[in-house]
Amino acid sequence: MSARPASDDAQLTAIYQELILDHYRRPRNKGPAPDAPNVRTAECRNPLCGDEVTLALVLDADGRVADARFTGRGCSISQASASMLTEAVRGKTREEAEALVERFSALMRGDPDAADDPSLGELRALSGVSRFPARVRCATLAWSALAELL
Amino acid sequence: MSTSDSVSELVPRAEFPLLAAHPELHYLDSAATSQKPRAVLDAMDAYYRNDNANPHRGAYKLSVAATDRYHEARERVAQFVGLKDASALIFTRGTTEGLNLVASSWGRAHVHAGDEIVVTAMGHHADFIPWQQLALEKGAHFRIAELTADGRIDVDHLASLLCPRTRVVALPHVSNALGTVNPVRELAALVRERSDALVVCDGAQGAPHLPVEFERLGVDFYAFSGHKLLGPMGIGVLLGRRGLLEAMSPYQFGGDMIEWVHDDRSTWNVLPHKFEAGTPNVAGAVGLAAAVDYLDRIGMTRVLEHERALVRLVTARLSEIEGVTVHGPTPEQRSGVVSFSLADVHPHDLATILDERDVCVRAGHHCAQPLMRRLGVSATTRASFYVYSEPADVDALTDGVEAARRLFAGAV
Repeated sequence: MSARPASDDAQLTAIYQELILDHYRRPRNKGPAPDAPNVRTAECRNPLCGDEVTLALVLDADGRVADARFTGRGCSISQASASMLTEAVRGKTREEAEALVERFSALMRGDPDAADDPSLGELRALSGVSRFPARVRCATLAWSALAELL
Repeated sequence: MSTSDSVSELVPRAEFPLLAAHPELHYLDSAATSQKPRAVLDAMDAYYRNDNANPHRGAYKLSVAATDRYHEARERVAQFVGLKDASALIFTRGTTEGLNLVASSWGRAHVHAGDEIVVTAMGHHADFIPWQQLALEKGAHFRIAELTADGRIDVDHLASLLCPRTRVVALPHVSNALGTVNPVRELAALVRERSDALVVCDGAQGAPHLPVEFERLGVDFYAFSGHKLLGPMGIGVLLGRRGLLEAMSPYQFGGDMIEWVHDDRSTWNVLPHKFEAGTPNVAGAVGLAAAVDYLDRIGMTRVLEHERALVRLVTARLSEIEGVTVHGPTPEQRSGVVSFSLADVHPHDLATILDERDVCVRAGHHCAQPLMRRLGVSATTRASFYVYSEPADVDALTDGVEAARRLFAGAV
């Protein structure tokens, strides 16, 4: 095991930022798939911890995300990430959403450019997760579902 | 209320090189694997430096030395668990292999369509799935003995499942997820009273934490792992009644386990070699023998008392934290395992917060998904203690849990 910096609560808040806890406590766009003709859903699970997210996406005629909702249960990181995803992806074209998936993936790899990338918006609050390899899978769960649907 | 002062040190952390190198670490995941004392590392090192050769091929002195070390280790471990006939001690890779060996070798030959197999709702997946799959393969009935609300085997329910067609009852000595110590002797006696079933005991959390006398437990098979018992990974033990082992077919085929290989058939070596195909893990056996030496010097009764004292302390502390639910029975009915939930805080979040404070706990389903379903949770947080654990570990754990509670309540 390598040496680690002394632990303190400042580091803690680096992963558990208020924004993340807020999305966990009051998830946005959480609920069953909307009753739309062109709705598609994808379910992702992490068998290691039982986290699960089902993402529902509605693309309009122009290929733009008209609606995104999720259901699921699990840790704060998996659920907050899903909640933030639904807000971030709404109104984006398929290509823009694909680019967002790629940028988020860079953020989870600890890419410092991604942590400063304004196109990621609020999602940058999740950048601290990259320091916790065991938790990256939690944060990317909903994003795997999104990638499947695009 | 229990205080830290009421629990004294059992062995110095300095005897465990990893813990000595990381004084900041609070290792509370010994039910997953234990840390290793220097004595174990030294014994394995000495074996590789001085005696390493392939045993049982004794054409030269070095091979004889390796064979001797392996044989001595078997005798030593057999003595530790009260087995007079060391040839009924099979070295395995670990508990999982031991239990699969019994299910595969004995189970395939003796369980038939319409027979009954009984397991418990607290069984580890390794104590559950081999029998579930055997039942599916054979068309046997798979029965699950339910638990009481406080996480003990419901003896009345178990009794109601037993019948003349029950072939196997598989149960853990100690629940890995809850720490419940099962009254194995009484349960085995109950099984004998009502059926001719074999009793197969998962001792993964038993032998490392409390005194075990195989011949007094009344079970037919007992399996445990070296790495949870201060020993190395990759070595384990299956204890069996000699008559049963003699009658069983081999589990794996290969070198060492044969007597004669003809073109069209083969005959098998005597016990224990019949069940030890291939080059054995001699260094692992040597390390395990050093581990049981270490534990015997402490005394297993003292090991259990030490763990219980820490469990009493941590249970009292946790119950003072708002929103904590401790799963399982009272400390007097447990080994050194405490499984708990904290209100709306997911166990993985809690484990990350504790990790930031260098407190290592297990968060998850503990390879006991049937049990988690019955507890109505997807996962729990588990802290587990061993000989090197100390009150400071309890302090670090409960301080971290309180910090997590405050963080998620929005009070930070």
